[in-house]
Amino acid sequence: MKYFDYAATTPPYPEVIRSMAEIMEKHFGNPSSLHQYGEEADRLVRHAKEVTAQLLGVKPNEIIWTSGATESNNFALKGAAMRGGRTQGHIITTSIEHPSVYECCRQLEQIGFEISYIDPAPDGIVLLEDIQNALRADTIIVSMMHVNNETGAVQPVQQVSEWLKKVQPRTLMHVDGVQGFGKLPVVLAKWNIDLYSLSAHKIRGPKGTGLLYIKQGTELFPLLAGGGQENGYRSGTENVAGIVGMTKALRLAATEQYTLAERLTAFSQLLKTEIQAIDGLVLTNPAIASPHIIHFCYPGMKSEVILHSLEQQGCIVSTQSACSSRKAEPSRVLVAMGITREHAASGIRISLGDQHTNQDIEHLITALRQTVTQLRPLERRTR
Amino acid sequence: MQNIDRLILRLGEITLKGKNRSRFEKTISEHVRAVLRPYPKAHVRREYGRMYVETGGESVEALIQVLKNVFGIMDIIPVKQTLPQLDDIIAAAIELIGEQHIDQLTTFKVSVKRVWKEFPHSSQEMNHLVGSPVLRAYPLLKVDVRQPQIELRVEIRDGAAYIYSELIPAVGGFPRGSNGKAMLLLSGGIDSPVAGWQSMRRGLEVECIHFHSYPFTSERAKEKVVDLTRVLAGYAGVVKLHVVPFTEIQTAFTTTGQDNLMITLMRRAMLRIATKIAEQQKGLALITGESLGQVASQTLSSMNAIERATELPILRPLVMTGKDEIIQIAKEIGTYDLSILPYEDCCTLFIPKSPTTNPNLRIIEKVESFLELEPMIERAVEQTEVLTIEAGSPLQLASTAINEDWF
Repeated sequence: MKYFDYAATTPPYPEVIRSMAEIMEKHFGNPSSLHQYGEEADRLVRHAKEVTAQLLGVKPNEIIWTSGATESNNFALKGAAMRGGRTQGHIITTSIEHPSVYECCRQLEQIGFEISYIDPAPDGIVLLEDIQNALRADTIIVSMMHVNNETGAVQPVQQVSEWLKKVQPRTLMHVDGVQGFGKLPVVLAKWNIDLYSLSAHKIRGPKGTGLLYIKQGTELFPLLAGGGQENGYRSGTENVAGIVGMTKALRLAATEQYTLAERLTAFSQLLKTEIQAIDGLVLTNPAIASPHIIHFCYPGMKSEVILHSLEQQGCIVSTQSACSSRKAEPSRVLVAMGITREHAASGIRISLGDQHTNQDIEHLITALRQTVTQLRPLERRTR
Repeated sequence: MQNIDRLILRLGEITLKGKNRSRFEKTISEHVRAVLRPYPKAHVRREYGRMYVETGGESVEALIQVLKNVFGIMDIIPVKQTLPQLDDIIAAAIELIGEQHIDQLTTFKVSVKRVWKEFPHSSQEMNHLVGSPVLRAYPLLKVDVRQPQIELRVEIRDGAAYIYSELIPAVGGFPRGSNGKAMLLLSGGIDSPVAGWQSMRRGLEVECIHFHSYPFTSERAKEKVVDLTRVLAGYAGVVKLHVVPFTEIQTAFTTTGQDNLMITLMRRAMLRIATKIAEQQKGLALITGESLGQVASQTLSSMNAIERATELPILRPLVMTGKDEIIQIAKEIGTYDLSILPYEDCCTLFIPKSPTTNPNLRIIEKVESFLELEPMIERAVEQTEVLTIEAGSPLQLASTAINEDWF
């Protein structure tokens, strides 16, 4: 079976698994304990923070460990919105965000916050101008993803952030960096980003670990109250092995970033050319997309059918984002891009990773051709 | 700063020095080369009174960041170098101003310094010859020779012209270690690291001494001090840390029944130990973070009683500095966040309810004579652990070493 769903999750690096196993065995102490075992665990957590800070070009005290990007995103948005016990204000986000941002905004809306959901242009990319028009004096935070998890569209986060800090520096800039990290360069300090979410399992680290970068001096209302770990930002005993495993994955991903981007670009160009050549398939990738995500539709055919047919031929792909794929509705992201519901209901995402070889890509191309041949008689005449 | 290809480092006070000047310059240039080691493409050249760093493609911002902290450098000038020819100078001037993204009315003037007298145009002429095309290129610029917002400077030398508009202030002071060596009594608090940094800035080589009283203080308190030393090492390249076992002496003092003299007794013992270590290491003074009136042991009369325990001069860089200002510096030099970590240190644990602010030296000496301190002090010095802490080095103190492979 060939796995082409790296945007959903990735197989952990063997080095990550080894270091986590060793740490769970040897250093199970609670980092908050005063005794030697606690100190050892604490030292690991602190060292991990130093290594991570160096990789991201930030300060160690600007990193907060979380349980993953969902928590990081919730913390960034709710923490910023509710600081000082506030229950109202204005938030700008986009209609193509991951559910952990989108649904979080929905919740904040119920409490009393006002949210502007900015639609992207038809190519899946949000325009700076639209964000500019939405800005208000009481805007607390602008939250945007770096790379869209369904279409791969690269959003102008640097542009937005630099503009925002010029016109209204007190409004916070949050970037959901989950799909971009390791594929595209990010310079947090230089881009003036205040909050940045990452998840370990998208870069071959362990599930259940993530981080939130919080620029020094940014006040957030903690979501979790308790023992006051992580400078009081996030209580709860640290996931020592997970944190170390995440750091290892971050380091490996950061080291391999440049060679990886080159290989993925070659693969995705080949795939895109082939998909365009297959009669019946419509490439839906935006013009500016991360090389690891390829998206296409097969109008007249349900996504799930295409997925299972490809699976039969040994290729694992996905329909929409994994978090929403069990819902019957067509993708919110595609609909927001102006793609018709019929087209959206036939969307397929292929996502690549560092382990793919030329043979894997050829295998996938053959499978795509066969699938279309096999399914053609069953197409509903919607075209 | 994409047009910048080199930095001029101007040296401060040391240019006042006479005969020793070249030694000072050499020390700075060694320090500069040390901090630039992670930037192999950058190239350093020394000239009378200044240094040139060719960036070689390294990030200008990153270089400035590290060079700012080199003691003895007064300011850093990012320059564009061209041939000493009028056309080249004008082109470079226009490029350089372009980087400032002028979007509102801005005042400006040109100052030309002609070191190479054979250059065909005089300085006065040059101000005009360079100024006019720049004004044409940027309509929002307006000349103001008195208080311009941008001063475009041109320096014409034989073989090269330097064009710049910005002076970045650096840390200043005297070059690393150029004024001898002293021992810093380093607690985990806010003041002593600042005192250490200020001493280093005045050209002292600093070795740190920390008093550790396990089990009254934890390993973490010690690690915190290692981390603080590491920050100081970031400025000096490498710093030695002497960790003195203090438990025995401290315990002995608690048996005297002189609770309110506790701090005075402890401080005197610390000075004695530090003096011995200074003698071993050829240090010529002790440095403390004391600031007048801050706590009971820092009243004038306490300082007087404590200081008599040593014959070495005690340097107190912060003695007249207020707490707010000390905190400000601690934040700037990067020690503050470490200093406020809440671990017991050997002083906080034994703080008596009412420490005396006016200790009586006669009584103190009497109490000390009952205790036979000397052998205990000898033992403490003997058992002192010496750590050599290098800039950027990882934590090394761990009872189990950190396995870098895990990360």
